Formats: sequence, structure tokens, C-alpha cells
Amino acid sequence: MIGFIVSRILQSALVMLVVGLIAFALFNYVGDPVNNMLGPSATSAERARLHAELGLDRPFLVQYGDFIVRAVQGNFGLSYQYARPVIDIVAERLPATVELSLAAVFLALALGIPMGIYTGIRPSAPLARVLMGLSLVGISLPTFFTGIVLIVLFAIVLKWLPPFGRGEVVAVGWWSTGLLTLSGLKALILPAITLCLFQMTLIMRLVRSAMLEIMRTDYIRFAMARGLRMSSVHFRHALKNTLVPVVTITGLQMGSIIAFAVITETVFQWPGLGLLFIQALGFGDIPVMAAYLVFVSLMFVAINLLVDLLYFVIDPRLRTGGG
Amino acid sequence: MANPVLVVEKLRIEFPQRRRTLVAVDDVSFAIERGEVVGVVGESGAGKSLTGAAIIGLLRAPGRIAAGRIWIDGRRVDNLDPAAMRRVRGRVVGAIFQDPMTSLNPLFTVGQQLVETIRTHLPLDRAAARDRAVALLAEVGIPAPGQRFDQYPHQFSGGMRQRVVIALALCAEPKLIIADEPTTALDVSIQAQIVALLKRLCQDHGTAVMLVTHDMGVIAETADRVAVMYTGRIVELGRVAEVIGTPRHPYAAGLMASIPTIDRRQERLFQIDGAMPPLAAIPAGCPFHPRCPRAIARCREERPDLARAGAHLVACWLPLGPPS
Amino acid sequence: MGAPPSPPPALRRPPGARLRALWAAFLEDDLVHEFRHSPVAILGFALAAGLILAALLAPLIAPHDPYDPAGIDLMNGLLPPFWEEGGRLVFPLGTDNQGRDVLSGILYGLRLSLAISCAAVALSAVAGTALGLLAAWTGGWVDAVIMRLADIQLSFPAILVAMLVDGIARASLPPSEHAALAMPIVIVAIGISGWVQYARTVRSIAIVEKGKDYVEAARLIGLPAVLIVPRHVLPNTTGAILVIATVHLATAILTEATLSFLGLGMPPTEPSIGTLIRIGNDFLFSGEWWITILPGVTLALLVLSVNLVGDWLRDALNPQLR
Repeated sequence: MIGFIVSRILQSALVMLVVGLIAFALFNYVGDPVNNMLGPSATSAERARLHAELGLDRPFLVQYGDFIVRAVQGNFGLSYQYARPVIDIVAERLPATVELSLAAVFLALALGIPMGIYTGIRPSAPLARVLMGLSLVGISLPTFFTGIVLIVLFAIVLKWLPPFGRGEVVAVGWWSTGLLTLSGLKALILPAITLCLFQMTLIMRLVRSAMLEIMRTDYIRFAMARGLRMSSVHFRHALKNTLVPVVTITGLQMGSIIAFAVITETVFQWPGLGLLFIQALGFGDIPVMAAYLVFVSLMFVAINLLVDLLYFVIDPRLRTGGG
Repeated sequence: MANPVLVVEKLRIEFPQRRRTLVAVDDVSFAIERGEVVGVVGESGAGKSLTGAAIIGLLRAPGRIAAGRIWIDGRRVDNLDPAAMRRVRGRVVGAIFQDPMTSLNPLFTVGQQLVETIRTHLPLDRAAARDRAVALLAEVGIPAPGQRFDQYPHQFSGGMRQRVVIALALCAEPKLIIADEPTTALDVSIQAQIVALLKRLCQDHGTAVMLVTHDMGVIAETADRVAVMYTGRIVELGRVAEVIGTPRHPYAAGLMASIPTIDRRQERLFQIDGAMPPLAAIPAGCPFHPRCPRAIARCREERPDLARAGAHLVACWLPLGPPS
Repeated sequence: MGAPPSPPPALRRPPGARLRALWAAFLEDDLVHEFRHSPVAILGFALAAGLILAALLAPLIAPHDPYDPAGIDLMNGLLPPFWEEGGRLVFPLGTDNQGRDVLSGILYGLRLSLAISCAAVALSAVAGTALGLLAAWTGGWVDAVIMRLADIQLSFPAILVAMLVDGIARASLPPSEHAALAMPIVIVAIGISGWVQYARTVRSIAIVEKGKDYVEAARLIGLPAVLIVPRHVLPNTTGAILVIATVHLATAILTEATLSFLGLGMPPTEPSIGTLIRIGNDFLFSGEWWITILPGVTLALLVLSVNLVGDWLRDALNPQLR
């Protein structure tokens, strides 16, 4: 088991190195930092001097190594757009994205899993059919359009909830939270629903198909043949077996939620990392793009590692090896 | 011989399809006495496993019991509601399935599965249920049952898993066990052990067995009586020794002749020409007539019912006579 | 002129009867039967067909040409749909701020969105299938590298990959060239983000087929892979590829719309459905809802109809998964 974890950590490190390479290539070759710092009117002598000052004349691997070292220390240089250290901007924007994403993940799991179980156990019940029909609508609605419709409905027509922004925030150390004020909570509702809707329907459909598949297995049939209560067959025997695919999917979905947060944050002008990234893409703010890429990859890698560890908790076949 | 543990009367199982309804089992009637082992043989698709599934109330949709009645331990079960049938399963009638590798839930220990089954049916507390589970594991021949109790199914070999499956089926002392091909998925060297174990346990506990298999050898070793099925019907039913020694139905005769024996030297094993027709294409008259060497005009037109011929019941217009 | 030669026996029945017989056989086919008895599938199919047809015929049926600056009059800006007060039947679904007809914009946008998505799906399907077959057939380190790459990409959401590819292209090209290259860039961005599923599925099917006796035999008699793979392996993957491609088409349409909505895809001079929604988004608060809601509804209907067809196709080809 320890060997497995070590190998997974090494793999994750490898993925991060590859991502670092892409970010570095972005930084140094796409962005052309000299041009960005001096502007087009600089003389070629000025360019050459800055080139050397920045160490851009050193061998590729040395520069790459240097980039990795700086990235590990959180040093991604200055944002072109804001002329401030990228890491400061990221730290400022991080709480908004984390709070929004966690709220959405929680909603998606808390609603998606029970609906998936229900539709998997009673596939032909009228309510299950309605849910399946709605779920198809759910995965067909583009996230941004869901957001727009919700804004029109609840912010413009009904005027119940704010159409954009994060409301009032309270600082807890360096973390600014919107969860402690009424306006912050109200501002969270629409973006969180928007972000969770697509994921929730996806989770529901996946839990359903895992459940349907497991209800057809021999061991469920044998459990029924032993006269076990149907509640136990469904919620003990079948549910535990659906956990393996569900954990996998949830891990992947959390990655998706971070990605779709970009869209949701744009629609609701939510001051998080996603909005920062989109603005950086539009502005050509390479240091911010590179930092976002590294940061998001780090989250994905961490989530994947966590998923692998959860497998160990769920599945004894991995814990003890073959018999 | 009053009060048999299982009575099946004119059972008919149908599969509604798009344009027609397939009849998978038709007009099947038999009984199993207390403590008796009855074998059901036939090719795959003959309806033997479906009959077993119908008895324990686990027919897979869209299959359904279209006609007939079933009594287990004197109680009519074919019309029970799901909750009541659930209490019959495991308590009065147990089941053993073909593949021990897939019959056990991989995420629960063997002990958890045993204790849950015991406590579902018997009023025992956790400790008593555990004691009973360990005793059962010992009884089915699992060494060091106290340690094995806390292990997961993947830590057991195939033969050991089938022993666990048998222990699970016997948890609540059912009066009847439906064993559906219990040895088919096992290594040949282990098959005999499992058959012997099943037979001994059922003798000890007075449990009757309906042994569904396509292996005449297993039947010959284990069963008291045997029913031979073909295209969803019983074509011959009688004591094992008599059916093997003097089969009356030409299909049963072919089946018996295909058993390899040590004392009978043969150039090659006997083989019945042709194959069992699919359910959608069962011929009129006797369903066996296209393959039957003795078929007469009547066989092509009228379907024979099960009728007494000597000591067995046979569904044939021209049963084979006893050897002269 | 002599007597005409008598037609072969099969053709002697009146052609109507033969067609009818063929039609009857077609209707009895399992796939078609499933289809005819699934109102949802029929609805989805009709909707998809209608929208695709409307997109194809956009230049013929659109009341205005949104690309023609001469036909645009700012005086006609921000007109509501005809059923609202102030609406005019000339602009049935109203106009945007520059006086462009919303209906025409939707039709042309639909055409653009569909063209981009179909091209991206084709790109993904071809690349993914080729890589999957290559991985399955060669095995060894080629297989390992391809599948490892697939794993890594799979842990990144497709939309993010598409955004990044688009962003890199945007940052490395001067703005003037970028506008001209917007469409190919979006196609490549979406295409790159989608190949993994094809590759994985095709690879697993191809590995099964590779182990089968007839393929083994073909290899033993020395047939080269270029002959065996297209004839014996590829046909077994078509069903799966079809299902994946249908579902992927829905995702691709969504991804394109999302990119354009975020301002990363098609520019306002050549608006896809997503661009229209982006433009209209600025007018939500001033009450001109039709500029954004109507293209949004069209987009949702298009994706929904493709998903309905995909869902039905998967169920019909995989009956045990229902």
C-alpha cells in the first residue's frame, strides 16, 4: 500500500513537472517578457541587456529549473495587467473561488447522489422518469445560460437576490469570507446553483447507471436470495459498491467545477480566480495564466491523490492484495 | 410421504417479447419430499434454472410466472407479495448460485455477510450470531474459521468461496436449497468435494435440495430422483438409478448414453444429432421429434403429456421398453 | 424496335411493391423499431433535424443578411420581437443594438456553431480512433505513452484544455491574424480537448478484436496491419464511435458556445450562437431580454435534441444497459 502511494505521489510530481514545462514555455516563449517590459520602442541594445539581466540567455534546462524553483516558492513574477506580484493577486482571489466551488460540490453531491440512487433502484417509477428527463435538460443547458436565466428570473424580475458580486465579506486572517454576512450568503446562492446544476445532473446519471449495473450482479442476487431486507440490499450492499465509481466521478467533477467556475464567475462577476484567468486570457497576461495553470493543476493532482487514497478506504481488495 | 417440502404444479414461465410471447417453461409439475435430493438436468435453455428462480421468487424481468402454483413447506408462494416472499427466502428456502467468485459481496467480510444473514432471520444477538457463523464456517470445512471470519471474499480460493456460499445458504436452517449449477464454475478436482459436502450437510440438517445441473455425473452421485428437462418441459421423472439404468424417453436415453463410464469401453461417446431448438422455434407435437430416431406420425402432431411408464413418468408416445 | 428484354425476376414485381417490402423490412429492423416506439427519440430527432436544416438553409430562409453592413440600419436598433409592443414583423424576433435581425443572427450563428462543432468532432474522432488503433495494435511503449497522455488529459476538464489552447493561440498571434484564424483555432481547441474518449474506447475494442481467432489467423498468414485493421477491426468500433460522437457533438456545441460567450471563440464580426448570447448579456439589465434569451433557448434546444438522439442511440445499441 505504501508502495502504491509513493508511486502515485511520484506520478503526480511528474504531471506537475509537465504542467510546469507548459507554463514555463508560455512564460518564456509565447509571452516574450522583454517585449512586454520594454515595449516596442526599445532599442536592440536595451533588449539584449534586459535579456541577459533576466537570464534568458542561459541554457533551457537551467531556466526551466529556475522557473520550477521560483514557482515552488510561489514567485510567478509581476502581472502585466496589474503590475503587482501574481501570487498576491491569486491569494486575494482564492477565497472567493474556494467558497463558491465547495458550495457547488456540496450541493451537487447532496442532491445528485440521492437522486441517482432513487432512479437506479426504481428505474421505471414515474418520478424517476421525470428526473431522468429533467437531467437530460440539465446536461443540455450551457452553464452560462443557466446563470443568465437565473439572473433574469431571481435578480431582475423577482428582485430577490443580487445579480452579481460577492456581497459583503469579512476578513478572517488573510482569508476574506462571504459566508458570515447575510448579503454574502445571498450573493452565493445563484452562482452556487448555476455551478452545481450541470455537475449534479451528471452525478445523478452516473450514480444511477452504477446502481443499475450493480443491482444486476450475482452478489446482489445472492443477497436477495438470502432474504436480506431490501433496505440493506440497496443501501448497504449496493450503495457501498457504487462508491468506487462515485468517488472517481466526484474527483473528476471537482476538477470540472474548478473549470466551470471560470464561466460562472464571468456570468456573475464573482471576484475569484476564474474571472482573473479569463481577464488574463483576454489581456495576454502570461504570468497570471501560467500561475493559474500551475495552481489549478496542483488542485487536480491533489484531488486525484485523495481519490486514490479513498479507494483504499472503500475497497479491501486494494488494501490486502490478492488472496 | 405426506406434506412434501416443495410442490410445483403446472408451472408456466413466459417472456413477453415484441411480437410474441416466448414460453420458457411449460406445464412443469414435481414435488420434493423432506430431506430429498432431486436433480434437474437438461441442456442450457431447457428451463431448469428458470424453474429454480421462479421457486425462490427471483425471476428476472420481463420473465414472469404465467400459470401454475408453487408451495414451499405447505405455503403457497407464487402469489406472495415481495415483502412476504423476502421473509421466505433464506429462512425456508435457500439458494446457491453457479459462480462463487461473483456470489459474495467483495466489500464486506465473510463474517459480516454471515452475521447479517443470520440476524435477518433468527432472533440472535451479535455475539451469538458470530458464534453461529464461526460454527457454520467450521462445519463447511473452512480451516481456522475464527480468523477467516474477518477476511474478505477475495482472500478465499474458489472452492473455499463456494463453501462460504453454502454456509450462507444454510444460515437460517432452510428446509429446501435450490442449488443452481453449484459446481460448474469450479475446478474439476474441487467439484467432487463440494458435491460431497453439500450432500453430507443436507443429510445432517435434513435439508431437501433441488440440484440444477447439466452434469449427469453429479446427479448420479448425489440425487435421489431426477427430472430431465427439454425445451421447458419435464420429459422424464424418476428415481436416479432407474432413469440412468433404464431411461424411457429417447432424449433421456441419449443423455444417459453420453455419460462416460469406466466399465463400458466405447469407441466414442454417444451424441444426439442436432441441437435443442431455440424457444422461438419449438416444433409442434413432441418438441423432440425432429431429433428422435423413433419418431412416428403422431409425434409430429400431438404433444405427449407426462404419463406413468414402468416406475417413472415419461412424456413420450413410444417410450423405450425395459432392456430384455 | 423489338420487344424489350424481360427484366430479371426480382424486378418483375411492380416497383411500388418492392419499395413497400423494403420499407416494411426497414420498419421491422430492431433499431428502427426502438426508434418508432420512443416518442422522446422521435421528438429529439425531429428537433435536431429541424434546427440543422434551418442552419443549412440560413442564407435562403433568413429574412436579413447579418454580414451585410449595407442592410443594417442603426435606427432599427433594439426593436423587440413582433408580439411585444413596438415590435415589427420585418424583424420577427427583434433586433440587437446595432439593428441586426435577431432571427437571422440565430440562423447564421447556428450554422457557424454547427460547422465548428462538427469539424471539431470529426477531428477528435479521427485523431482519437487513429491513436486508439495505434495503441492497441502496436502495444508496448507506444501504447503506454498514448494512454498515459490520455490519463493526464482526462484529469483536466475538456473545457479548460480548450480554453488554454485558445488562450495560447490568442497570445502568440497578433490580433489582426487572430480574427481571421478564429474559426480554425476554436475547431482545433475543441478537437484537441475531445480525443481521449475515442482513443480509450477504440483501443479496448481493438484489443478484444486483436485476440480473436480470425484476426490472429489473418496475421499468421502474413497480412499487413493496413489490410487487417480497416477491414476487421475498424468495423467493430463504428457503433461505439457513433454513440461517443453524438454525445460529443452535444458537448462540442456547448464548448464552442462557452468559449464564444467568454470572448475566446468567435468574434462579434462573425458571431456564433455563443457570441450572440455574449453580446446580448450586456442588455439584460436594460430590459432587452430577447437579444440573449432567444439565442440561448435555441442553443439549449439544439443541445437537448442532440442529447436525446445520443441517449436513445446508446440505449438502442446497448439494450442491457437500460
